[in-house]
Amino acid sequence: MSALRIQHGSSSHSAYDLRDYHAEVIEKHTLAVLVDNEAGVLARVIGLFSGRGYNIESLTVAEVDHEGHRSRITVVTTGTRDVIEQIKAQVGRIVPVHEVHDLTVEGPSIERELALFKVEGTGNNRIEALRLAEIFRANVVDSTLESFVFEMTGTSEKIDAFAELMRPLGLVETARTGVAALARGGKA
Amino acid sequence: MTRQMTGAKMVVQALKDQGVDTVFGYPGGAVLPIYDEIFQQNDIKHVLVRHEQAAVHAAEGYARSTGKVGVALVTSGPGATNAVTGLTDALMDSIPIVVLSGQVPTFMIGTDGFQEADTVGITRPCTKHNWLVKDTDKLSETLHQAFHVATSGRPGPVLVDLPKDVQFADGEYTPPAKVKMGHYKPRLKASIEEINDIVALIEKAERPVFYTGGGVINSGPGASQLLRELVDATGFPITSTLMGLGAYPASGKGWLGMLGMHGLYEANMAMHGCDLMINIGARFDDRITGRIQDFSPNSKKIHVDIDPSSINKIIHVDLPVIGDVGHVLEDVLKVWKSRGRKKADLSAWWAQIEEWKEVRCLTYKNSETVIKPQYALERLEALTKGMDRYVTTEVGQHQMWAAQFLGFEDPNRWMTSGGLGTMGYGFPASIGVQMAHPQSLVINVAGEASWLMNMQEMGTAMQYRLPVKQFILNNERLGMVRQWQQLLHGERYSSSWSESLPDFVKLAEAFGAKGIQCSDPKDLDDAIMEMIKYDGPVIFDCLVEKHENCFPMIPSGKPHNEMLLGEASVEGAIKSDGAVLV
Repeated sequence: MSALRIQHGSSSHSAYDLRDYHAEVIEKHTLAVLVDNEAGVLARVIGLFSGRGYNIESLTVAEVDHEGHRSRITVVTTGTRDVIEQIKAQVGRIVPVHEVHDLTVEGPSIERELALFKVEGTGNNRIEALRLAEIFRANVVDSTLESFVFEMTGTSEKIDAFAELMRPLGLVETARTGVAALARGGKA
Repeated sequence: MTRQMTGAKMVVQALKDQGVDTVFGYPGGAVLPIYDEIFQQNDIKHVLVRHEQAAVHAAEGYARSTGKVGVALVTSGPGATNAVTGLTDALMDSIPIVVLSGQVPTFMIGTDGFQEADTVGITRPCTKHNWLVKDTDKLSETLHQAFHVATSGRPGPVLVDLPKDVQFADGEYTPPAKVKMGHYKPRLKASIEEINDIVALIEKAERPVFYTGGGVINSGPGASQLLRELVDATGFPITSTLMGLGAYPASGKGWLGMLGMHGLYEANMAMHGCDLMINIGARFDDRITGRIQDFSPNSKKIHVDIDPSSINKIIHVDLPVIGDVGHVLEDVLKVWKSRGRKKADLSAWWAQIEEWKEVRCLTYKNSETVIKPQYALERLEALTKGMDRYVTTEVGQHQMWAAQFLGFEDPNRWMTSGGLGTMGYGFPASIGVQMAHPQSLVINVAGEASWLMNMQEMGTAMQYRLPVKQFILNNERLGMVRQWQQLLHGERYSSSWSESLPDFVKLAEAFGAKGIQCSDPKDLDDAIMEMIKYDGPVIFDCLVEKHENCFPMIPSGKPHNEMLLGEASVEGAIKSDGAVLV
């Protein structure tokens, strides 16, 4: 098949080319998906993303309404505008999905992520880590003579920035929850 | 009213309450309690197939020919995994079926028990929805919901997995009327603004074309009736996908024939040259569009679909309308009439279409000595036209020729595997159709290779005295594979011939059926009549030209206006970058 001269990874020669040839800009969107909290519902949503080749940058899920058996899945995904629209339509037709909200386009929203960082070190490194943690308003939630565990809440960008600073100071382990997000303002 | 009963009894009760009269299935350890209940009643007929894949295809055939839900019953493990092809087929073609599968008892799930498989996990991407029932009290409710989901909105297959202990245990039966169907209620009606926009485009169009699909059939016979009314009242030309044949009659004035890769020249040229495309219940499948960058470049496009995810998935449209085809057609017709039945002068457009028709794209070189497959189908059409006839097909060249040469006057008369392209679909589907229509003529147009994939169903046909006619166009080749190898792979015919074929006449006789072989064009009519007249299953071994190619054809990676016609030289027609496509 070498005669085909098709670049690796390129679908531009294919009739299946789904790229929007008007706008190739990759956008990042945060989707809030309200679902029945039933067995397999998360697998349905994730399976759709992998089965249709969509990206997942971050994913969080938890029950938010115990009596109504309702869970909220927050997905951060990337794609062209068409792909994002297609993702919303595809997710929206899953039977136990009640609502799909694109927080990125539906008005201002807030996004938060929680992270835990384990930083090992002694001497100046240890002091510097603590000093930076204060600047970033990270809390010390565990400590030994040679380590800290910092807890931090913020946007993903802030958490990325803090992780970057901790790396040379002895960052050994990171745990992140992924993004949780809500629209601003009073209305649900 | 609620009643106490075992889970197994509930299954049968729920099927009765849903109006099910026929179930296609195969027993096994994990569904024995349900089979025991089936044994003790007479309202529901059970058809014992010879392989679970066939049970699902038969249920599909039943569903497509009746508009009702098809039901299949299979056991756990291999029973369920064998059903996967049928489920995927039904998902791709939007066919409402309910598959009930047995499962190991709840306390054994996850232990790698005998005949255990993660059925809901395996079937999650190939069903519209599925359920594992862990509590007998929830069983009847789940079954009723399953029928609701299978038939609401865009229809599709659902599966309910039933652990054996849930079938044995007692629980409360909830009748359908008492079940909460949940929030799943797809939108059926379009807004009045959308209807007005459609009508406004119809009024102005100078080169319009209707492009209709399986959605019209799925919307029910009323939708087909409304479509005919609208097409005939506007005088617009109409083409249809493989899935939508019969929604508009082949004898109708506006009919251009099927479109797509092996569609008619005039249909594809009309799609390419139109200024208004009205897509009703079709999904811009890649068999239809060809090269999407050059797809119908100068048209406004309307897309009516009940599934929002079909909109703008492949082709950007100017006016997307989400709703049920029947509802939308009714409203469009009403509003268009009330606004004075306006339309542009279409005479130039029709003159152009007539010119395209003059190409006579289905012309083939007939022979006096060898049966051409096209000729065989022309004769089948001539001799069965006007009969109470249902046609199923397998997948390949014969399927495309059947779509080109057979005419369908009504919906629900044509059952073929469109989206998934499942070889082995047609024979079991013909069994499902014949079960639903015992007095009708049911013909499966097949190729010998496809047909062999589910030939075990001869046993089923004999057992239930189903007079299905297996019309096999035998070219001793995997014809479509061979055609592509000729056009794309330097005539290297890798594994595309059928060696060690059975003697189909003896095979039929071995099952107690009738076998007919025909190889001379002069004998063909008599042989076809013999097949039709025989009261029982027939295997018709029609020995046809071995190297016939299916034309016209839009080569991979080409737009609609670059079709290959039969006479055309095919050498070098498909460029190397098209070869990567299927």
